[in-house]
Parts: sequence; structure tokens; C-alpha cells
Amino acid sequence: MSASVRIPTPLRSATGGVAEVTVDASTVREMVADLERQHPGIRDRICEESGEIRRFVNVFVGDEDIRFLQGLETQIPPDTQVSIIPAVAGGR
Amino acid sequence: MTSSPNGSADQDRRPPPLVEPAEGLTNQEIRRYSRHLIIPDIAMDGQRRMKNAKVLCIGAGGLGSPVAMYLAAAGVGTLGLVDYDVVDETNLQRQIMHGQSDVGRKKLDSAEDSIKEINPFVNVIKHETFVTSENALDLFRGYDLIIDGSDNFPTRYLVNDACVLLGKPYVWGSIYRFDGQLSVFWAEHGPCYRCLFPEPPPPGMVPSCAEGGVLGMLCGTIGSLQTTEAVKLITGTGDPMIGRMLIYDALELKFRELKVRKDPECPVCGKNPTVTELIDYEAFCGVTPDVAEFASQVSLTPRELADLIDSGQDVTLIDVREPHEWEIVHFDDAKLIPVAEVIERASEIPQSGNVVVYCKVGARSAEVLRWLHSVGLTNTKHLAGGIDAWANQIDPSMPRY
Repeated sequence: MSASVRIPTPLRSATGGVAEVTVDASTVREMVADLERQHPGIRDRICEESGEIRRFVNVFVGDEDIRFLQGLETQIPPDTQVSIIPAVAGGR
Repeated sequence: MTSSPNGSADQDRRPPPLVEPAEGLTNQEIRRYSRHLIIPDIAMDGQRRMKNAKVLCIGAGGLGSPVAMYLAAAGVGTLGLVDYDVVDETNLQRQIMHGQSDVGRKKLDSAEDSIKEINPFVNVIKHETFVTSENALDLFRGYDLIIDGSDNFPTRYLVNDACVLLGKPYVWGSIYRFDGQLSVFWAEHGPCYRCLFPEPPPPGMVPSCAEGGVLGMLCGTIGSLQTTEAVKLITGTGDPMIGRMLIYDALELKFRELKVRKDPECPVCGKNPTVTELIDYEAFCGVTPDVAEFASQVSLTPRELADLIDSGQDVTLIDVREPHEWEIVHFDDAKLIPVAEVIERASEIPQSGNVVVYCKVGARSAEVLRWLHSVGLTNTKHLAGGIDAWANQIDPSMPRY
């Protein structure tokens, strides 16, 4: 099943500048694997070595944070956008 | 997804007006605020609440400029500003509260002049200080609401925790390049910043605006949204961004809204909080004495690097910035290996001899250095303060950006 993933600006250096990537995945875990297959190196930006999502990166399926769903096992329903939201602190 | 950790969200998101109304408005004030007074949802009641409101803005820079100017124009009675910086030319591309003739002045003084010019009825309180764990509670206590325009993670966690401990709303906005983020954190009515981002990124992982750049008018977009949220909270109007986060992508002009859940296990606003007083936020964000000490041991000051080059020794310079920065200015005989390529191109870095890594101001190069030393390239050092410090101290003919 395909899903579209929004790539935030700080991670676009890992996707060659692409803002939205279509992945073949039905869970977040599969999404990360397919992202890595298409853009090698991006997994390290999103995940710890253990494979868990880094604590300062939030992944939303639709408008819900997967930390409050089933984490990496969260299902991605058809036609749902996945957003990767890293912490940024700029303001000055 | 059937039960909401926020409870009855609609009710929670509409807290009562934050501020009691002032006694009245003078005829002069009625004339000035006419366009607010004829909006039924603001009217005399809302404008009197604004007159009584005390708002603290952290930072008088990119976000602080539109925030302070619009709050002043809107008639907020007391406006506190926290800043310690001096206006420089690189600020003027986005910090519209300051102008060319303010270069070299304290931002607080320049801000006060701008605010008084917009609205002389505003009481401006200048706090020339860093926000610290020692002063934050006393600083915030006298204000109804805190707006964050700071630029680093330790300050943002500190401001959040102080707001939770004091029960105050925290209007949060963050910007980077073309991206903006906005939310309102108020633990009594919804989640806090730590519910959204439990842990900060390691230092150097996420570039600041000084390192990564920011589109000037993004400050206006996010700053004026922050101000709108502040006015809504003060007057009790509308549906504030509590429990929601706005994501703004300027390049594609897209706004998206995401839910922010209150984390029952949140260490500061959860059921069993473990953070019950302000902590050491530099340490929390990984800016530990160890890292600082490591960085200082493997640093060369611009003068030390100049002496090393002058002594005739071979020095390999590695530039870890991005190609578009290289285009602005670089050392003639340097080699460009952007941060993201360092790991795969590590074999291009000599394993002996003098190797000096540099970036713009020394933050990225310090991170690269930690990795280089971790893989045994202990002959590498970095240029403290980056090429910017070199241009400032050694070669004034170089452009600074």
C-alpha cells in the first residue's frame, strides 16, 4: 500500500531536496524501511541505532502522533499522509 | 483513538479570559483602538483586558520583533522584553523592530524606541539578562503570559518548565529556513512542550538560524500568529492552539495542523512529575562540561591557526559547511566535505599531520570533530568560532554572513 511522507526541510538533504516521498508501506516500520531503500542514510536521521524513532523526532500518521498510538507498528491507512516533525528551536 | 487524553477537548481549549478588564479606556485610547472596539468579539471588554495584560516576550529578535510591535499596536498594557544582545547588520534582514541606525545599540533600547513610537501608552519593561534556572520563576511571576522568541533548546525547555510550574500559558513558535511551527502550551488546559518533544536533539544535530539560515518574513508569519494567540488568550476569544500544532511550509505555502496529546507520563506536567523545580537545562540538552572541555582541547583559535600556517607546517583545512556557504567565502586551499558527507568521505581526511576542520561559527565542526575522534582521527582539530571568527580577527577583507 502506498503512502505519502512529508519530509521536513532539515531532512531534505537526505532526500536530494525532495519534500514528499511516496512509500510502499502499511506500517510506520515499513515506511522507514522503504524510505531508507529509496534514500539511503535517512533512517539514521530519524531512528536510533536500536531502530526506535529518535525522541526529538515526531512521526504523525494523519494528525496523530505515533507515540500515542502503536509507535513503529502504527498502521498507515490508505490515502493518509505521514509527517516527520523534528524539533527546531530557531527564533532570532 | 476513541478516547482523548485531553478529556473534553473543546471545553479545555477554551479557557476563560486570562486577564481581568481594566477600569476603562480614555477617549484617546478609544480613538486609537477603534478598529478593535467595533469587532463584537473584542469590543470594550476585550480592549480593557488587553490594557490590563502583562506579556513577557523572550528575545527581541526575529520572532520578538513582530510580536512586540503588534502587541504594542494592539494596546497590551505592559510588555516585558528579555534580551542581552546588540543589534548587528545580519539582524536587519528579519528583525524589523530594529533599523540601520540601531546597529551597535542594545536591542532592548532599540525595541523600546520602536514600541514607544508605535504606541506611547505601552509600559515597556526591559530585562537585560539571560533567562536562567535561577531567575526564570521570579521573572515570569509578574506576567500573565509568556511568548517565546528564543533560539535554542535549553531556553525553550526552561521556559516551558517555568510556565508549567507557575501555571502560565506559553505561546511557542519556532522557525528554520522555510518552516514554521506554532503551538500554545498550557498544562492546566492541555499538553506542554515536553509532551510534544520529550527530549532535545543532541547539540549540533539541528542547526540554528545562524547556522542554517531563515527566511526573513517567516518571522512575520509565525510571530504575528503567536501574537494573535496571545490576544485570544488575554481576551478569551476564539479557539486557541492548545493541544494542536501548526506546521507552516512557506515554500509550498501549506499549513497543516497536528494534534498534540497531553502525555500522562510527562516528567513536568504528567500525573507523577519528576521535575518539580527548574533544572540545569544546558546539561539536559547535552551541553555538558565534558563536551565543552573536549571542544576546547581540540580547538585552535584563529590566532593559533594563523601562527601554525605562518610556521610553515603543512595544514589540511576541511570545510564542513554546505556548497552555497562555500560560494560566499572559504579558505583558498581548503577541501569541501559538507557535514552530511563526512562519514562516507572520511577516507579523504589525512590520518596524520595537522588537520583543521571548520564551519561558519564552530558548532558543526565541533560535532564533526567528536565523530572524527571517535573513529581514531585524533590528529584533527577545529577552528573555534569558525571562518566567521577568522574574518573578524585575522582577515577583515573576508565577507561575513
